[in-house]
Amino acid sequence: MGAIKSHINTIILNESIMKHATAESIREATGADIDKCYQCGKCTAGCVLADNMDYPSSMIIRMLQTDDKENYKKVLSSEAIWLCQNCENCIGRCPKEVDIPKIMDYLRAESIKEGLVSPKAKSVLSFYRSFLDSVKMSGRLSELVMTIDFKLRTFHLWQDVKLVPSMLAKGKLKFIPESIKDTKGIKILFKKTITSK
Amino acid sequence: MKIGFYPGCSLQGTAREYNESVKAVAEAFDIDLKEIEDWNCCGASAAHSVNKDLSLALPARILALAEKQGIDEVVVPCAACFNRLAVAQYELNEDAAKKAETENVIEMTFNNKVKIINVIQFIDKYIKDKIADKMTRKFEHKVVCYYGCLLIRPHKIIGFDRVEDPMSMDELMTTIGASSLDWGFKTECCGASLSIARTDLVAKLSGNIIKDATERGAEAIIVACPMCHSNLDMRRPQIDEYVGKEIPTPVIYITQAIGLAVGVAPEKLGLQRHFVKVNTL
Repeated sequence: MGAIKSHINTIILNESIMKHATAESIREATGADIDKCYQCGKCTAGCVLADNMDYPSSMIIRMLQTDDKENYKKVLSSEAIWLCQNCENCIGRCPKEVDIPKIMDYLRAESIKEGLVSPKAKSVLSFYRSFLDSVKMSGRLSELVMTIDFKLRTFHLWQDVKLVPSMLAKGKLKFIPESIKDTKGIKILFKKTITSK
Repeated sequence: MKIGFYPGCSLQGTAREYNESVKAVAEAFDIDLKEIEDWNCCGASAAHSVNKDLSLALPARILALAEKQGIDEVVVPCAACFNRLAVAQYELNEDAAKKAETENVIEMTFNNKVKIINVIQFIDKYIKDKIADKMTRKFEHKVVCYYGCLLIRPHKIIGFDRVEDPMSMDELMTTIGASSLDWGFKTECCGASLSIARTDLVAKLSGNIIKDATERGAEAIIVACPMCHSNLDMRRPQIDEYVGKEIPTPVIYITQAIGLAVGVAPEKLGLQRHFVKVNTL
């Protein structure tokens, strides 16, 4: 009995003094506290993409809580962080208000920084890059420029080509990208945020 | 009456009928929408997924421009843009250092006090009470209202409607004579920006939405988000394949439904631009 009690005390002590690095850096960058999570699983239960993820959201939080380098690497190399669309259902239902969508944003940025983006997620990241390249060029998104850029990045050359005639007929395809006047301002904005890092 | 207007990129392209119908409804109720001059893209999912500073700076530039152009209140019909603007405004107001840093990035200073409203809030505030007087033809159809994610979440910031079972669109549809059905997918995600990179997942998520809507007997799905619309409408071939049958239920913007009820011509509302034909209404 005494041994069990002492073991429990050690666990409680460890948990309370546990200021582990992963939790600290996430808190600093996002304000979210992963140590508040007690694994109720509501986030995973409500996640429409949990079935398609290699690690569902509650498991990602648990892996981060372990503060283990290998687990952290697994999280940054997961496909799940790129499938997450920040629909915010998880935070809406989390009894401890752990801001998982914000944590996902942080993990995606870290994954890029560490060069650990999952090969399975390359097309999702390519889409985001094509999107932002188009915005950087003219200040607004050109769906056509983005799609061509995406095709060239991923070699999905024939994808959605069938849509073109009906999009044209419905007046939904713009050939000339709209540009704002202050494109210089937009270039500076990109340079000071994304390109400089 | 002058209200600021931020269309966003989708409304200039694939969702041009949303733009057309918002403007047509505003015109029908004598409301002048003042477009923010030289507005830029809000960054959508792409910016916040890869770089936080960029995801704050793009909306900040828009909000600063609105302020400089004397706009106190801006209506943002695209749910994704609405969400990004509201979240950026909140986060910058919470963090003075980040705001100063962002002002340096956009090379403009601003108070960050512009009131940001979505299309439902706009209709509720300026149009709802006047609908009964203007109504020429009741919209007598069974519909389901699909809110999606970004119109109502994160609730702490958006603070609009109920987070699990929102009713504001249902109330508007009832006002124009529709019977609004209860269903299970009001706030489930459609797959959002996975549309191009992972069409298979969009087919699954949007397929589940469409399937439930049809099984409940809906004649139309009412939306207020261009991303939801394009996933449910333009991706219908992939959805049909996932569900295993052809589903003819059209997807209509709430502004198109209201426009029809107050006698705006269907062409002016862009109803001919949908992929799933709107001939049952």
